[in-house]
Amino acid sequence: MTDTLVVIQAAAAELSKSDLSAAGFGSQAASAAGGVFDILLLGPMASSLSSTAAGLGARTVFTMSSGELEAYTAEAYASAVEAFLEGRSWRLVAAATSSSTKEYFPRLAALLDVPMASDVLKIESSDSQRVVFTRAVFVGNLLATVELEAPRALVTCRASEFEPPAAAAEPSTIQEVEAPSGLAHPGKSFVGIEAASSDRPDLKEADIIVSVGRGTRGPGEGIPLCEKLADTLGAALGATRAVVDAGWMANEFQIGQTGKIVAPEVYIAIGLSGSIQHLAGMRNSKTIVAINTDPEAPIFDVADFGLVADLFDAVPELTAVLEKRGG
Amino acid sequence: MKLLVTLKRTPQRDARIRISEAGDSLDLDNVQFEVNPFDELAVEEALRIREAGAEVEVVVVTVGGEECQQQLISALAMGADRAVRVEPSGQSLDSLRVAGALVAVARREEPDLVLAGKLAVDDECGQVPAMMAGLLGWPQANQASSVELSEDASSLRVVCEVDAGLETVTLALPAVVMADLRLNEPRYASLPGIMKAKKKPVEVLALDELGDAGSTRSRVTGFRALEEKSPGVRIDTAEELVRALEERKLV
Ligand SMILES: Cc1cc2nc3c(=O)[nH]c(=O)nc-3n(C[C@H](O)[C@H](O)[C@H](O)COP(=O)(O)OP(=O)(O)OC[C@H]3O[C@@H](n4cnc5c(N)ncnc54)[C@H](O)[C@@H]3O)c2cc1C
Repeated sequence: MTDTLVVIQAAAAELSKSDLSAAGFGSQAASAAGGVFDILLLGPMASSLSSTAAGLGARTVFTMSSGELEAYTAEAYASAVEAFLEGRSWRLVAAATSSSTKEYFPRLAALLDVPMASDVLKIESSDSQRVVFTRAVFVGNLLATVELEAPRALVTCRASEFEPPAAAAEPSTIQEVEAPSGLAHPGKSFVGIEAASSDRPDLKEADIIVSVGRGTRGPGEGIPLCEKLADTLGAALGATRAVVDAGWMANEFQIGQTGKIVAPEVYIAIGLSGSIQHLAGMRNSKTIVAINTDPEAPIFDVADFGLVADLFDAVPELTAVLEKRGG
Repeated sequence: MKLLVTLKRTPQRDARIRISEAGDSLDLDNVQFEVNPFDELAVEEALRIREAGAEVEVVVVTVGGEECQQQLISALAMGADRAVRVEPSGQSLDSLRVAGALVAVARREEPDLVLAGKLAVDDECGQVPAMMAGLLGWPQANQASSVELSEDASSLRVVCEVDAGLETVTLALPAVVMADLRLNEPRYASLPGIMKAKKKPVEVLALDELGDAGSTRSRVTGFRALEEKSPGVRIDTAEELVRALEERKLV
């Protein structure tokens, strides 16, 4: 019992960066434990994603889909993984942290009666006695070492902290698994999802993020300047809670403790103060740039490059300089 | 109708937490505590459901020692009707055991709805309420930003803040719902509320009495500070910034 199962929600036409990171986690967990890892693709796109997933170094790529897994619900996904594990041997079941796994992994832990570690940053060790991880606590201000008693445990990993696995020498075996019926909970129904449409890259996929704070004073004022900068850089747009609360941008753009946790190559923080809850979502970005009028703003404590300036001057200037050099 | 709201005592939201010299625990001596901010939203939502006209009893519950009494009283001062505290008698519990204890309380209380915060701001595990839903076999909704009770009080329509946007689901009661930040704005306790809270019942139950048979299988064994980041540089113009980013081959 040394193997790791990585569960990937197969809802989109392509594997996301987070999915690849989850496989990377699986590969690391496998080497730490002296075992192998398998992938379970769960959901309507399972079959069509299986050939790509087979190149990630797993022993087997399992696919499972059914009408009840068509639209994601926590209840059906937790029950599906539970059913899949029946009669199989494993030490760790893992997935990348996402709004879905935040919901169904703890439910699954309860169904299986196994301990769970949330949003881990690093695998310290894994043996037949215990698995040990590092994770962030207290709004990302401290790191904690957590120990889970083996034989079995559940874990979600922070995608930005795990590299995709190296290209596999041999493709995985692909195996279709029949989903049992009765996965959906009779008391739960999915009504619909409303997403802000945008041509910009997804926050979790982007190499560069332009993040806007309350200092931009909204869509009629500074936000269009930031959007123009983002488009010049091919960057994704992010926001603070203050911006989302004000209704200036939709909730899926929020970065921080309550929103998404990101770590792009470059994070450009504009007119945002750098509250601890915001820092919790971006402090691991490789290079942080801050533009703020207040030289004492805490964002400067984590910034690699700080520009004390009025964003209404600095952002258009920056865009102009970038445009002049041809993007 | 009965609403059960779970809550946790956590350090004040902007408190600076230090690690003990030995590195295996936290130095919490000079830290003030409060109701976990996300749980406070859950309490507020329960009160709003009551104020919307339904005949509702709001019961708050926590798992923790004597020191958690104050946070229960804070919730009672906001307007909850009564409180239950599960006394772990010094045992350190992992999420599954806390969820187990809360489920035992839920089985006694038979609420129509469990409301909880989506995350505790101390350990940031975000596990307990969804584990409760799993143990109870009830449907769940995480990261709720709006909750609407059906007219016959048999179901809820919940809007959840998910990675892709806003997801709407319906839940037949009983169910578990986890509050996100935009669900509401919690009220401050009024002076009469604070006076009344002192007279409201707080029941204390021993963990052992609730049939807890589990063992703790997940524990924190140490803490570390974040790696120090070398101080950044101040730059004066947009041009200088672009040059610096170009040097690092970032743009
Ligand atoms: C439980 C909890 C969870 C939270 N979760 C999150 C979260 O996930 N994400 C998050 O972001 N926040 C979160 N918050 C909120 C957080 O505490 C802050 O309130 C929020 O991040 C502040 O947003 P801001 O930096 O945009 O606004 P402010 O703090 O108001 O900062 C605005 C900044 O703009 C600067 N500025 C003003 N005008 C200009 C100008 N012309 N040019 C340049 N700079 C200018 C100011 O100097 C100031 O520094 C949470 C809070 C709590 C309690």
